[in-house]
Amino acid sequence: MGTGTGIGRVRGLGSAKSGAHHWWLQRLTAGGNILLLLWFVFSLLQLPSLDHKNVVQWISSPLVAVPLLLLVVNTFWHFRLGLQVVIEDYQHNESRVVALVLLNFYTVGAAALAIFAILKIAFGGVAV
Amino acid sequence: MASERKRPLSPHLTIWKWGPHMLVSILHRATGTGLALAGTILFVGWLTAAASGADAYARFIDLVTYDAPAQVVAPGEAALPAHGGLTWFWTLVLVGLTWAFFQHMFSGIRHLVLDTGAGYELRMNKKWAMATIAGSLAATVLVWAYIVTRH
Repeated sequence: MGTGTGIGRVRGLGSAKSGAHHWWLQRLTAGGNILLLLWFVFSLLQLPSLDHKNVVQWISSPLVAVPLLLLVVNTFWHFRLGLQVVIEDYQHNESRVVALVLLNFYTVGAAALAIFAILKIAFGGVAV
Repeated sequence: MASERKRPLSPHLTIWKWGPHMLVSILHRATGTGLALAGTILFVGWLTAAASGADAYARFIDLVTYDAPAQVVAPGEAALPAHGGLTWFWTLVLVGLTWAFFQHMFSGIRHLVLDTGAGYELRMNKKWAMATIAGSLAATVLVWAYIVTRH
């Protein structure tokens, strides 16, 4: 760390203090996405059908509900970081701020809905 | 803040000679944005419908499928499903999302390799860019061939 010399400041993460953190989380969640989404796609293809009963029984298993919850957090975090970069590239000034606020509302709102739905099914709150 | 004077712009889309690497870079953004919007809405809608009960789920399925032909079920005979196949519009959306998923995944893996500093030689870079396109098309065809032949 250190605040004196130029190299010292770079070692202390630079002037923004968090640039590499965004980049690293984007890569970390990308790796998680490969595992979780391939599992999700192949599991859906394995289900005998997407009837309500099949889907609810599938999600109520702990070994499905937990990966599905991880998938929601990991994937939604990944697209929030990705869309942030897209917005920062094409939107400027006030519209950039508005778009970034809407992005956060969209991500958190959708994630909350998805997580609640999974937990409700997993805890037996849905009759089949 | 911004000055009124026109500043020179760096070379952009209109001036570069198109190549697979440029196409794949643009596709990575486009598919990522598409998955984040259409994919997320469909995924959350599906989960919410399932968690809201059988009736809500049936309405969700009705939205993406044709109505089943009217049927008379004799006693002791199993009824056909209450809905027909996917409508052409939703087939297009789901096939599109399948392709977008594989394209984003393959070009994403390419990005992870590029992050290590490897694969920037011109021919190598072009080859792997084309491989992500071939891979995503092949994977999409395989997945939908499986879905179609199973039903």
